[in-house]
Amino acid sequence: MKVGVKGAGVAGLALAYELVSRGVQVELLEKHKGLSASASWLAGGMLAPWCERESAEEDVLRLGQTSIGWWSKVLPGQVRHNGTLVVAAPRDTGELSRFVSRTSGFTWLDADALGALEPDLEGRFAKGLHFAGEAHLDPRQALTALQAKLSESGARIKFEAKQFTAATDLVADCTGMASQDTQLRPVRGEMLILHAPDVSLSRPVRFLHPRIPVYVVPRDNGVFMVGATMIESGDRGAVSVRSTMELLNAAYSLHPGFAEAKIIETGAGLRPAYPDNLPRLTFSGNTLSMNGFYRHGFLLAPHFAMEAAHRIVKHLQEKTLEANH
Amino acid sequence: MFEVYGETVASRFLLGTAQYPSPQILADAVKASGADILTVSLRRETAGSGSGGRFWDLIREMNVKVLPNTAGCHSVKEAVTTARMARDLFGTDWIKLEVIGHHDSLQPDVFGLVEAARILSDDGFKVFPYTTDDIVVGERLLEAGCQVLMPWCAPIGSAKGPVNPDALRAYRSHFSGVPLVVDAGLGRPSHAAAVLELGFDAVLLNTAVAKAGDPVAMARSFAMAIEAGRLAYEAQPLEPRDMAVPSTPVLGMAVFE
Repeated sequence: MKVGVKGAGVAGLALAYELVSRGVQVELLEKHKGLSASASWLAGGMLAPWCERESAEEDVLRLGQTSIGWWSKVLPGQVRHNGTLVVAAPRDTGELSRFVSRTSGFTWLDADALGALEPDLEGRFAKGLHFAGEAHLDPRQALTALQAKLSESGARIKFEAKQFTAATDLVADCTGMASQDTQLRPVRGEMLILHAPDVSLSRPVRFLHPRIPVYVVPRDNGVFMVGATMIESGDRGAVSVRSTMELLNAAYSLHPGFAEAKIIETGAGLRPAYPDNLPRLTFSGNTLSMNGFYRHGFLLAPHFAMEAAHRIVKHLQEKTLEANH
Repeated sequence: MFEVYGETVASRFLLGTAQYPSPQILADAVKASGADILTVSLRRETAGSGSGGRFWDLIREMNVKVLPNTAGCHSVKEAVTTARMARDLFGTDWIKLEVIGHHDSLQPDVFGLVEAARILSDDGFKVFPYTTDDIVVGERLLEAGCQVLMPWCAPIGSAKGPVNPDALRAYRSHFSGVPLVVDAGLGRPSHAAAVLELGFDAVLLNTAVAKAGDPVAMARSFAMAIEAGRLAYEAQPLEPRDMAVPSTPVLGMAVFE
């Protein structure tokens, strides 16, 4: 049994991993030079199904919970289980109530509890929400580690390639916006990476705002990712001044220490999304498509990869049976 | 049913297309609202060359009239350029004109608004200006060529509802005969009913539906309130009085009405 997987974003890598674990021979094709061309490379890496429920369907909460255990098991030591903190500026506390009415799995924090949890934010917010069950990881470390793991277990990964080296029994398309699926639409996202050695946070912080909600995710060594805009556009161009201003404003309102931060990277990419903003897994003949992860790649890829791998193995076994008769 | 720029519009509910959880939910909400006119923001969705192609297609598939808007424009020049881009992109000369004066409160810059309305009207546009409840500004907009006025009832997205009903009442009676659409500030269906009862021809809203827990149910609820408000206006509601009035005649006492 040999399966070809197209696309080395989080979906393609997770699917390849699940197939290899089931004893399937896998070849992974990526048309770009490295992993950095994918939308996943720009992701926040928040494993936050409870918070996402604020604007996402119930499925995201239900299926997303799998991801925390999956990533912890597949990449031991990479997942931080510190939860998520949600805060709002004093005049936008109405947004917190709104958030609460849509979500579950949180506890209310008063100023003292908030300060105890994130000492750097002490005295800055009168109240906040803690989603203790959530987690986060560094997407770039995770993708790189997953790639290494695949190579170790004998999967073949080819960059800058469009052809599989040998015949495949089935091809899985995980190419996101590069796929030919006309139902997919691009949702542009812009993000910044800041180096702020004066600021210390242990968990992603979501800063609610009626128009411009943002999050700040801590990485190692004083580095923070600030994201992300959501624009109905297929423009892959550089980050706009307006978006940069909004993201920086939010970071600065969260902690004045960000004023002295260095902007070490800006990024813009396209999230692939179906009209309901949920991923789809579709089978047609010997082709499978697993796309449309929108803003939930790291959150939903584990569930869909397991489901797809299960169905692929079953499909190939049935085919072998037929051939033997 | 009301008329604007010579066209008859069946629904008095104009709906915005931003901030929904997904395009699917937007499509379902539009259906539930019964709206015939959808307003679409051009600025952001077309950032740069890659226009929001697929998103446009989804809106076109809803078979409604598109009223492009210049949301987020802070200068006359920006608003005029955006309006012209919208005309090319959507093939319509309708434009909801917004010239924002203040980044934080999103209050319209009424001076820039009148100027942009004049430029666009002279250029053949049918301008739907988003304005305050200031009557003098309304007059200037009509003079500039607008044939409809869209006063706010509270700041954009504030969900406060009519904060100054007296001003709205005065606005309605001053501009009798001009189509008036309350744009911005509505939070609940009862707010929409209230302004329709005052005789406003229609309402335009977005956040109140898009950010509701269940946008589809909220769209339907607004549609019902708008219908109720209009019906009440046509049925000529009682004016409030300062004293009690018995609803049944008191036996044996003269009635002088």
